[in-house]
Amino acid sequence: MANLFIKCPNCGTTHFQKILAKSLYVCPDCNFHHRMHAWSRIHITVDKNTFKEIDKKMKSADPLGFPTYEDRLKKAMKETGENEAVICGEATIEKIPVALFVMETRFIMASMGSVVGEKITRLFEYALEKKIPVVGFCASGGARMQEGILSLMQMAKTSAAVKKHSDAGLLYIPVLCHPTTGGVTASFAYLGDIIIAEPKALIGFAGPRVIEQTINQKLPEGFQRAEFLLEHGMLDKVVPRSMMRETLANILKIHQLSNKVKKKYRIEQYGLK
Amino acid sequence: MYKKEIEEQLKELQHKLSNLKSNIPNDDVIRINPLIKELEENAVKLKTELYSKLTPTERVQLARHPKRPTTLDYIKYLIKDFIQFHGDRRHLNDHAIIGGVGIFEGIPVTVIGHQKGRGTKDNIKRNFGSAHPEGYRKALRLMKQAEKFNRPILLFIDTPAAYPGIGAEERGQAEAIAFNIYEMFTLKTQMISIITGEGGSGGALGLGIADRVFMLTNTFYSVIPPEGCASILWKDARRSDEAAKALKIDPEIILQFGVIDDIIDEPQCGAHEDHENAANQIRKKLLVTLEELFQYSIEDLLEQRYNKYRKIGQFREN
Repeated sequence: MANLFIKCPNCGTTHFQKILAKSLYVCPDCNFHHRMHAWSRIHITVDKNTFKEIDKKMKSADPLGFPTYEDRLKKAMKETGENEAVICGEATIEKIPVALFVMETRFIMASMGSVVGEKITRLFEYALEKKIPVVGFCASGGARMQEGILSLMQMAKTSAAVKKHSDAGLLYIPVLCHPTTGGVTASFAYLGDIIIAEPKALIGFAGPRVIEQTINQKLPEGFQRAEFLLEHGMLDKVVPRSMMRETLANILKIHQLSNKVKKKYRIEQYGLK
Repeated sequence: MYKKEIEEQLKELQHKLSNLKSNIPNDDVIRINPLIKELEENAVKLKTELYSKLTPTERVQLARHPKRPTTLDYIKYLIKDFIQFHGDRRHLNDHAIIGGVGIFEGIPVTVIGHQKGRGTKDNIKRNFGSAHPEGYRKALRLMKQAEKFNRPILLFIDTPAAYPGIGAEERGQAEAIAFNIYEMFTLKTQMISIITGEGGSGGALGLGIADRVFMLTNTFYSVIPPEGCASILWKDARRSDEAAKALKIDPEIILQFGVIDDIIDEPQCGAHEDHENAANQIRKKLLVTLEELFQYSIEDLLEQRYNKYRKIGQFREN
């Protein structure tokens, strides 16, 4: 937050950080959705002072003794003030309780190692116990290669937890932000009941550079962007940041209501509880 | 220390030896036989050395060996009356993943696996074992079918990666893999998965959730190919040696991490030299494992399956 000015990576215009913050980090000139710090995201999404963080202290080990990993972790912790690349907790959105996770791309590109996998798994287990929906802001470069096979297995672990939560009839809404790729897209990011994305977010399994090198040709305009994926049927909706809270609240409300109606109907018709 | 050149020289030597043996004039047998015997013993020693103490890079080379048995090769040895089924019922039939039904040691099973080609033409058809979303969707369709008819599912993994291409992305490569993983956790039947060659990240995991997961000796399982890791970390794909070491992709270490349940020994000369014996090793393991899995109720099996993956990961909490 120390930067007074921020240059838009899309149109090149420079804005005061304060002005950009007021517009929810959406460029007033070109509507580009800048990456957001996880905490700013939490503040613009949930009801004021309702967020309670869970598993704040969990930190990465270096299970493989991977070259330079310890240093990268230390640097990321110092730069972000966070212990890892995802913040998990419980809050309310328009008074509806939700379990919330927000990924922090400044932390090693929010790649998923053991900690990210464990925190997300625990959050789904917590939401299952409390019978509440999960809302998750996804953004990640993929699996964290510095944790080798253990990071790949986090895809399995998190997906299994999402399945348990889902099988109990509970709602999960992932919001895919710029960029969401690799192992995170191939696991919990794509396993929602309703999948939302931010405008122009890059979303894909393989990164554009890898694809270009593999097929040896230029990629089409807008390839792997949210609007492109919406057209290909891979998303439910692209929602601008200014409408995000309202949209989430609306979906949550409809689902909460349908549960209440069902209960009421069952009681009236059959005397069931 | 595996070296392709040594492997070829060794083969030539063995070939010459056997030619020589069948062409010795009768009166020379006594004089020459001990010589031949010594040479043969040397060849065996060389062979043992060739396939032992593999560095991670050599392991990768062996796992990618063009003569390694493919899924269809294993099926030939293991599955009676195999019938292959095709298509995902959505878009097309992906030749990089094959599947069908047959009988394993008297037990009806569904078999699904990545399929690499033999030779250039076949490999192009099979896309070098790199599946599109349709391959994963076909696999899931066949797995659901197996669940419906109470057939155990045998999965064979051998893929460099899920294919990174335009069509694959347009049709939801990530979604297809994610959905497979998700659904495989609650499939109400016995599942066994074996890595028979390359365990290439998400592409492998899309067929990789099972009650028991095994690796053959000369295989690897990795979150990213060593070349890719090197080019991201050091902007230099040629440093894949270092990357292969750092990524810890050997079966022994993967086993220590609790990611797989056991290692299946290949014949000493490597599976690529002796398909039938490699298949026999797999048969033994499958038989005891199926027997074990049949003892559990489906509910227990699913709970065990969840807990097996739930435990994986290392972190600190204070």
